[in-house]
Amino acid sequence: MAQPLLSVENLRVEFPTRHGTLVAIDDTSFHIDEGEILGVVGESGAGKSITGMSIIGLLDPPGRIAGGRIHLDGQRIDNLSYEQMRRIRGKKIGAIFQDPLTSLNPLYTIGRQLVETILTHSEMSRARARKRAVELLVEVGIPAAERRFDSYPHQFSGGMRQRVVIALALCANPRLIIADEPTTALDVSVQAQIIALLKTLSREHGTAVMLVTHDMGVIAETADRVAVMYAGRLAEIGPVQEVIQRPKHPYTVGLMGSIPTIGHRIERLIQIEGAMPRLTDIPTGCAFNPRCPKAFDRCRVERPELIPVETSEAACWLYDREREVARA
Amino acid sequence: MPEAAAAESGGGGKTARETARETARETDAPFVSVRGLAHYFDVSKPWLNRTLEGAPRLILKAVDGISFDIPRGKTFALVGESGCGKSTVARCVVGLYRPSAGTVRLDGIDMASLKSRREIMPLRRRLQMIFQDPYASLNPRWRVSAIIAEPIVAHRLMTDRKAIRARVDELLRQVGLTPEDGVKYPHEFSGGQRQRVSIARALASNPEFLVCDEPTSALDVSVQAQILNLMKDLQKELGLTYLLISHDLAVVYNFADEVGVMYLGRLVESGATEALFGAPRHPYTRMLLDAIPDLEMSGRARVPVAGEVPDPIDPPSGCTFHPRCPHADARCRREAPETITVDGIRLACHGIEEGRIAAVARGKA
Repeated sequence: MAQPLLSVENLRVEFPTRHGTLVAIDDTSFHIDEGEILGVVGESGAGKSITGMSIIGLLDPPGRIAGGRIHLDGQRIDNLSYEQMRRIRGKKIGAIFQDPLTSLNPLYTIGRQLVETILTHSEMSRARARKRAVELLVEVGIPAAERRFDSYPHQFSGGMRQRVVIALALCANPRLIIADEPTTALDVSVQAQIIALLKTLSREHGTAVMLVTHDMGVIAETADRVAVMYAGRLAEIGPVQEVIQRPKHPYTVGLMGSIPTIGHRIERLIQIEGAMPRLTDIPTGCAFNPRCPKAFDRCRVERPELIPVETSEAACWLYDREREVARA
Repeated sequence: MPEAAAAESGGGGKTARETARETARETDAPFVSVRGLAHYFDVSKPWLNRTLEGAPRLILKAVDGISFDIPRGKTFALVGESGCGKSTVARCVVGLYRPSAGTVRLDGIDMASLKSRREIMPLRRRLQMIFQDPYASLNPRWRVSAIIAEPIVAHRLMTDRKAIRARVDELLRQVGLTPEDGVKYPHEFSGGQRQRVSIARALASNPEFLVCDEPTSALDVSVQAQILNLMKDLQKELGLTYLLISHDLAVVYNFADEVGVMYLGRLVESGATEALFGAPRHPYTRMLLDAIPDLEMSGRARVPVAGEVPDPIDPPSGCTFHPRCPHADARCRREAPETITVDGIRLACHGIEEGRIAAVARGKA
């Protein structure tokens, strides 16, 4: 198998604070292939966005990568200088954030912002850059692109703005797009449009997408594989169908059950008792053990690593035991 | 302290509620009744611009004639895209906005008829609101116990400090927190816990009617499940009536008894949740349901909806949905549809009235 486009090995992200060092991401490994969409889900504070931010090298200080390696297209990118990383950002990695308004400069027309981004990353004449910008706007589905070229961000609706942000991310034909909650600020009807767009782009350009979201529905429709994060670690990773229909980790089971669906009305949603631990006091053993209905002694002492179960992997001792039983 | 004792039993002001129930039965009116509610915002340019530049007056019809009833102890939900006016309805119902037209009756009392503060206060006690953002709706400088005690103090329900404390402790327990949490400040809590504090505060005045504006939209799904379950338990326990504002159809489907779908300030379809979601009739309702991401991955092609909500200042003529509607014809563009009732579902659509559009049962794939 060819090497993956993005590989993250044993990533560890720390935030040194006055009260000691917080470990936001602990020993997390995964990869994304060319043209693949990896969904990353989890509650707020699980470390999804921080994972994305460490890949593009935009961790807010004092946060820092304290261990592990990140390779993009064969090149190690976690130890680059700010200037070197700046060149890779935009050119090889595009980013889409939740709120399109903060990603756009309100004082410049969208056309100018696109042209400047294109000129930053590639050598071409202004006229050609302009042509390319219009093409991009057409590609992301902005009607009358030529006419709207000189409009300001505030003249666009939320969905249209997010399209502009996607166009910006695509300027330099990046190999990887990190989309952090790209549809959260949008209405369902518009959400569907943006998701369809991301999917088409990934398929047509072979762009890898890391889609960070808390919305399982969006993942189900878009992603090829999904990674479930809990308290800074991967709880489960596998093909999207399998994780959704046959979740392995008890946390994933609870998470899936807590999502209300249309079609079978239930009196009470399944709820996971308690809340995710704060980073200051992550329980020993499996971080999920105090909330887990199936926890046993080993879970409270020993931290589980990802264990292959069927075609996915889960960090849960339940499956280790099963394997041993099977082997015996 | 009879108040506290009554509250302790969990049936907070049981006698008062029972008498209220009897009056309701006498008048035979629904507990909450909204008729022809409208709220217009004046978004014109300032007077000087209007005079010198001849800029016209601009009126934004955020809510344009909405009627619905909520029986006691039931949940009515309003759904729709952002900007459709659902939050404005909520604010009119609790009295934060004065309606431009129409009436809101709570237990038979027309809220607009109450003029003086003394008249309004007893009614205000009976309805409370829960807001979307638990970060913005709690005073960061107050301890949680003071936040929860505020309605008790404001409505002069209790004066004895010990009694108030006992009531606050009880409320904290009721929403799944501990009395020890009372001494903390809001920033010490997570989003879900803050929303529990908001609910405790809302319950402090023994209300009968809660208006919940996107109560779980800012929360994670697992926390959302906890809060929705809590709200359901409290409804059963205290006989609460809810008006739920939400953009999440799946939440509404699982939580509400009746639902109203709003589009550009009007109700396009409303009725019993199960019936409405089971066989959506109005093209807009169908469009919304089709747009929901499918967890079951039945292979149903998700239909990306064409277009967006039009500018409410300059809404389309006739049926305001016609530019996005696949079934629109000349009449739809010309004439606004009247509300009709089909099989207990109230809807406004020419196509359905003329029999051009048939209900489509949504089979579970």
